[in-house]
Amino acid sequence: MMIDARDLEQTYLSGGTPLTVLRQVNLAVAPQEFVAVMGPSGSGKTTLLGLLAGLDRPTRGTVRLDGQDLGALTEDQRARLRAEKVGFVFQTFQLLPTLTALENVLVPIELRGGDTQGARERARRLLAHVGLADRMHHYPAQLSGGEQQRVGLARAFAGEPRILFADEPTGSLDAETGRTIIDLLVELNREAGTTMVLVTHDPALAARARRVVRLAGGAVVADERAATA
Amino acid sequence: MTARFALVMAWREARGSRRLALTVGAVSLGVAALVAINSFSANVTASVRAQARTLLGADLEVRARSPFPDSITAVLDSVARSGVPIARVTTFASMALAERSGAARLVEVRAVEPGFPFYGTVTTEPAGLWDRLGDARAVLVDPAVLIQLDARIGDTLAVGDARFAVAGVVTGAPGDVGIRAAIGPRVFLPARYLAETNLLRFGSLAQYRAYLRVPDDAELQSFLNRHNALFQRHRIGTDTVSEQEEDLTDALGRLARFLGLVGLVALLLGGLGVGSAVRVFVRDRLDAAAVLRCLGAPSRTVLAIHLIQAIALGLAGAVVGVLLGIAVQTVLPAVVRDFLPLEVTVRVSWPTILAGLAIGAGTAALFALPPLLELRAVTPLRALRRDVDAPLPRWDPARLGALAALLGALTFLAVWQAPSPGLGLAFAGAVVVTTGVLWLTATGLIRATRAWFPARASYVVRQGVANLFRPQNQTVAVVLVIGFGVFLIATLYVVQRNLVDQFALDRRPDRPNLVLFDVQQDQQDGVAALLAGRGVTPRDVTPLVPARIAALDGRGLDALAADSGPRRPSRWALRREYRNTYRDTLVASERLVTGTWWDSPRAPGTPARISVEEDVATELGVDVGDRITWNVQGVLIETEITSLRAVDWARFEPNFFVVFEPGVLEQAPQTIVLLGRADDPTLRAELQRDVVRAYPNVSALDLTEVQRTLDGILSKVSLAIRFMALFSVASGLLILIGALRASRLQRLREAVLLKTLGASGAQVRGILLTEYVAWGSFAALTGVLLAGVGGWALVTRVFEIDFRLPALGLAAVWTVVCALTVAVGLATSAEVLRGTPLQTLRELSE
Repeated sequence: MMIDARDLEQTYLSGGTPLTVLRQVNLAVAPQEFVAVMGPSGSGKTTLLGLLAGLDRPTRGTVRLDGQDLGALTEDQRARLRAEKVGFVFQTFQLLPTLTALENVLVPIELRGGDTQGARERARRLLAHVGLADRMHHYPAQLSGGEQQRVGLARAFAGEPRILFADEPTGSLDAETGRTIIDLLVELNREAGTTMVLVTHDPALAARARRVVRLAGGAVVADERAATA
Repeated sequence: MTARFALVMAWREARGSRRLALTVGAVSLGVAALVAINSFSANVTASVRAQARTLLGADLEVRARSPFPDSITAVLDSVARSGVPIARVTTFASMALAERSGAARLVEVRAVEPGFPFYGTVTTEPAGLWDRLGDARAVLVDPAVLIQLDARIGDTLAVGDARFAVAGVVTGAPGDVGIRAAIGPRVFLPARYLAETNLLRFGSLAQYRAYLRVPDDAELQSFLNRHNALFQRHRIGTDTVSEQEEDLTDALGRLARFLGLVGLVALLLGGLGVGSAVRVFVRDRLDAAAVLRCLGAPSRTVLAIHLIQAIALGLAGAVVGVLLGIAVQTVLPAVVRDFLPLEVTVRVSWPTILAGLAIGAGTAALFALPPLLELRAVTPLRALRRDVDAPLPRWDPARLGALAALLGALTFLAVWQAPSPGLGLAFAGAVVVTTGVLWLTATGLIRATRAWFPARASYVVRQGVANLFRPQNQTVAVVLVIGFGVFLIATLYVVQRNLVDQFALDRRPDRPNLVLFDVQQDQQDGVAALLAGRGVTPRDVTPLVPARIAALDGRGLDALAADSGPRRPSRWALRREYRNTYRDTLVASERLVTGTWWDSPRAPGTPARISVEEDVATELGVDVGDRITWNVQGVLIETEITSLRAVDWARFEPNFFVVFEPGVLEQAPQTIVLLGRADDPTLRAELQRDVVRAYPNVSALDLTEVQRTLDGILSKVSLAIRFMALFSVASGLLILIGALRASRLQRLREAVLLKTLGASGAQVRGILLTEYVAWGSFAALTGVLLAGVGGWALVTRVFEIDFRLPALGLAAVWTVVCALTVAVGLATSAEVLRGTPLQTLRELSE
């Protein structure tokens, strides 16, 4: 299994009273699987994503990512694991505002200390692939929302991750732009053979996944697999 | 991986920290102040070393307070016979009278033997006169003598009973300090005419010096060793070139270090500014930090990226500071010129420059670190949801460590910069306390405004005041930093005003303003009659009896000098010549501390009773009941201390360390001091002239002149300090501009919104104006309030004089700072006021 989460429970203190966001969640994701997590606001989607990616520790339960038990790792070891195996796409793009498009894409490669010449080449290719060959040296503030998310996609795949997490990747975009982003995402994923878990409200996006997990009130209420890819 | 990544990222991210650059400029100013002072100090030391011989004018100075006794003269004569060049210089105060103008003034007379100085040259106008001094019955004078006596070259000058032509003026002599001309302008006369003046009578204060030219160090040392005991016995002081060099280096070094402390304040203010700017900066960088963490950067890498930026910016600021400091260094000699006895060659001091760079980068790093540490609390989850950051624990060890490092560095810098380690520690402590009090005052003022919000004021005022509390507004930081600058300058002002006022108080109609001294006993009636003839009644007639201590409680000086331990009397207090008086009452400027005054007649068979000033009693290690044996011109007088007095020395009145009861010293050799008051300056001048004509040995001192001199010295001292304090004010302004720019976008958006909603340009301007006026008021008020307290503490505790609050002056300081803040604020906000809403919106969205 690429992801193996067992008995996940997450409780936050909200204004002094404990608030259980996730309860008894079990989820296993096979290599190269494409899973969409859906559910109404407050159902715990984003929390689940954060736990699966090792951004936080669960109150109870275990997460194994590519065979490694995240609970046994320190914060820095988890960071290292993310740098080596995990890619992210965010709803609000989360590009570093002080870096150019190219430099943003370079971040995951350079974090690993990858060779600069090859890294640059690869980053350029990725940016060209998402259609931004002529905007590589622009800053995020100079790019449109769709363009920013394309940089986000290029960055997500730049590190050749084993697994990609996406949080509402089309959530901040209009329908038309969202569609091109979905197409790109699916295409890149197919080429790279990456395992992908994405959280979305967007039925159009969910429809492209082979498997849809539905959350409600912090629990898995449905786990549907499409008959065909 | 992380080191390289951190460097690369720091370099790229620095684009975002560019707006910190302005605030880092404040560090530049601090570095500039320190580099200027320290580099200047190094140059002074080098110059002193190079010019030490010239400064002394000889290899050895031998000096005494009374004429050399025969045994010393014999030694000097014998070395002179062996070929060592010797020149004697006798220095004393006397009146000089210009015959043509009729003006008379107290001057310093120097009777110089040919040959002096052996090193260096005295320049004169007309040129070349110094070497011919003594060829004729003529004197050379300081330029101030001509000005004060309304005389010119060629006039006749009466000094005592002798008459001299003024041959020219001395324009430069080695070792001269600019400020000395104001204290006592000099008349140089050939030593062979000294006797003709008939001035060196009993009771005259004179310095007797002999200068020797002994270039060979070993020979000099052996001479000193051979005669050391003899010199000690006769209270002869000696000074060699290396001692002189050491003294001068120490004295000037202390001056430089003191000014350096003032400069250090500027650096610390800059650091505070950096700290507060970084705090705002960090709040902007939280998202980016979360993304980096999400992408797999460990938290220390995120911290490193930003710390490297801070250090790099600090280093850049330091480079600017060093360049500025080198430029300022060339100005410094002009600022402290009046205290400098030599030409200072300006050179670049590399150790100082390197230290400046390290200090700049270190300051930025240390002040940036505590706010940067907050980046560690950023969880990667923040990239997904905003509301997840757990605050750092209140007593986070790393944060405490950073603060400890900051304090440690502050203490180290202060101790390194201060004249003495104790002063450095005190300075560091004072900075911490002052910062704390300023912070409390600033937050208190702001809280008070919030609590008593002007709810009924117009909309414009309410909006402007509310802006003070906007998130990210650096109100506290700006108030703190500008307040500190104002505090420094205003404290200085308060102290200076009080010192000046202290003397000005003596202008009250009942205070004497004319002092006549060195009056011989047989001249007293004549002088009094002369004064009375011009309508001036002498009010205080005080006898002066010179005496030395022969024994304390029956133990002679040699036995006392061999003592050790805390009760050992100081050499100075034991060996000095005391000028004692006798009277039956206490005067206004003194009060009894312990013991009793001699209200009852002395019991027969007991020693004469004396009252000793409390500080000198401490120096001597004596108290009420102890006995002092006095040597009054060879006659031994046994006395007992029956009281200790506190004396207010700041009053222009004859005050004494030791007062005798009447009936003991009446027959002893003595001189008289007379005080009088003449309101008309012309009358004062004429009185001085008449007294000098009739009694050439009597000296007259116009206290209004003395006061003017003191005012001048005080203002020169405070000029140097104020110059250094300017760096603090400039830092404050830079930080003000930086803070305004940091909240620029927010202001623009608000202005656009207000304009869109229908606010006029005048209203927007009014809002900004209110905000800046409040800012300036808070800052200045904080500084001025504390300056009042600080000034009061200094005036009453250090100078021990009465305190008066110069309220009007402080109000002026307050107004100026307000105006400055408003001016800077409106200047940086010009773009907020300009343009139509749509235009601005378009610019904003880019």
